[in-house]
Amino acid sequence: MAEQTPGNPGHPEHSEQVPTVVADSVDIVYRVNGTGAGRGTATAALNRILRRKQAEKAAGVRKVHAVRKVSFVAYKGEAIGLIGTNGSGKSTLLKAVAGLLPVENGHIYTDGQPSLLGVNAAMMNDLTGERNVFLGGLAMGMPREQVKERYQDIVDFSGINEKGDFITLPMRTYSSGMAARLRFSIAAAKDHDVLLIDEALATGDRSFQKRSEARIRELRQHAGTVFLVSHNNKSIRDTCERVLWLERGELRMDGPTEEVMKEYEAFTGDKKPAPKKPAPKSAAPKPDAKAAGSPEAKAAGSPEAKAAANPETPAAGNPETPKVPLPS
Amino acid sequence: MSQVLHTPPPTQAPAGDDLAALAARHGLSVSGARPSLPEYVRQLWARRHFISAFATAKLTAQYSQAKLGQIWQVMNPLLNAAVYYFIFGVLLNTKHNVPDYVPFLVTGVFIWTFTQSSIMAGTRAISGNLGLVRALHFPRAALPISFALQQLQQLLFSMAALIVILLAFGVPVAVSWVLAIPALVLQFTFNAGVSMIVARMGAKTPDIAQLMPFVLRTWMYVSGVMWSIDKITSHDKLPHLVTILLELNPAAVYIDLMRFALIDSFHAASLPPHVWAAATGWALLAGIGGFIYFWKAEETYGRG
Repeated sequence: MAEQTPGNPGHPEHSEQVPTVVADSVDIVYRVNGTGAGRGTATAALNRILRRKQAEKAAGVRKVHAVRKVSFVAYKGEAIGLIGTNGSGKSTLLKAVAGLLPVENGHIYTDGQPSLLGVNAAMMNDLTGERNVFLGGLAMGMPREQVKERYQDIVDFSGINEKGDFITLPMRTYSSGMAARLRFSIAAAKDHDVLLIDEALATGDRSFQKRSEARIRELRQHAGTVFLVSHNNKSIRDTCERVLWLERGELRMDGPTEEVMKEYEAFTGDKKPAPKKPAPKSAAPKPDAKAAGSPEAKAAGSPEAKAAANPETPAAGNPETPKVPLPS
Repeated sequence: MSQVLHTPPPTQAPAGDDLAALAARHGLSVSGARPSLPEYVRQLWARRHFISAFATAKLTAQYSQAKLGQIWQVMNPLLNAAVYYFIFGVLLNTKHNVPDYVPFLVTGVFIWTFTQSSIMAGTRAISGNLGLVRALHFPRAALPISFALQQLQQLLFSMAALIVILLAFGVPVAVSWVLAIPALVLQFTFNAGVSMIVARMGAKTPDIAQLMPFVLRTWMYVSGVMWSIDKITSHDKLPHLVTILLELNPAAVYIDLMRFALIDSFHAASLPPHVWAAATGWALLAGIGGFIYFWKAEETYGRG
């Protein structure tokens, strides 16, 4: 697959390719307590505590195999889109690349510390926007002086103060759009080696979206590599020249954006294979009923299909949040 | 759709050895691997501003919805002391032959609360902040340390209230008050260490958080918060081992040190033997041991 990228426009300056992220047959498995056999009963819970490893299955620990045998190499200067229907393991893979989720098998090698564009978690709604800028910046590992230095840029970029002095109000008073804009602005203020973006572009109004796309292009010039998870086919086309398509945790395609998108759109059925029509405005093309339903339809036939539809596989709906006990 | 289960994927990933070799050739490192201990300490030091900012932010956020706002930082310990005074000083009128009983009691309560809430916060330091752990990369020890620091800041407000109470009950200002500083430093180190231990346990088994209040309450009753260990042990009815255990109990050691520092009628004779050595030993043992114990599981935090 290394051979697939050199021909692409967009990074002519890199004649010799330097890998920044190498994923070597990566498996990621979530374990969920309190499901399956004997779930919820006191004895099952006791079992789980006492016999942790030996009796995972008996004690009702369910394994969700979120990513299976994924291998790829990402190079400096690339912007890579990650696509796939809901629950195909995109976010999980990103978290593993960021080193936030341990892998079950295989290895992920990275150049420097990849950072996930997700500063939300460090912010506190009861504090003012101003304090959150500092807290978020420090949480991402920026030195204090740098946060001070970039504070004004962050506030200006977010546009929070366009309609008055809102940055000194607690964040709980912000509208959801304002809060999202501030979060993106803080996250984007740092220089990253490898930047992982999970659905960040759908926030804010149109003018803010334009600004943030521009900012991502800028980050890409400084960053080695950018990964972008999105359900918005247009923003994938606008920002990425290479796309990885994950389906049920498996890497189905890896190649130049247009080729992969064409197949993907045919798969999701939200468009005719001819890829020239403008992308839909709405962010996420939902996997259509046929695509979601077909595994069961096929499961009767092929043995592969049975394997894919077994209980270890994330149910077609929701493995974006597989930590939540799945109803069985 | 015809191609739903179409396999194999059209990528020919190079064999595993090639990828590992490629990674090695370009000096890539394994993502999310546990750093070495010195490296971990360095990373943690680099995040010191985050640790303090996070602690202060938590502390401030606590009362931000209240009308009186930050005044509660001082009101809270004062009211707490008032309740204890009402129950033990007025209702029960139990002085246990302790001179300056109210300052004695309030000092004990505040110092104990510092340890207790640090440990309680520690049990939830990882399991209650999974969002943060799963979104950002930082040495995880920053969380329990930050929570312990938050409790220390809280205690400093309590100490301000305590000084008011001491003066109100006629305890004179003395040079020995300076000793409160090393005592607090040692206690903070101890608390942070224990927080890290329970943080790792709580990350793996969140049920610890349910159990901990009972453990802590038992611990409180044997730590001489409301009575003087010295008075009990001097009766000489207890087995020697129990006396030793009561005297070496870290919570009791830190409480007695603070009483010794602040209250003039609490003499050195009431202190257990080798009290500073015990205080330092506990701080080092818990601080270093807890840190290493926590670091050992660094790469597993956030797994749910």
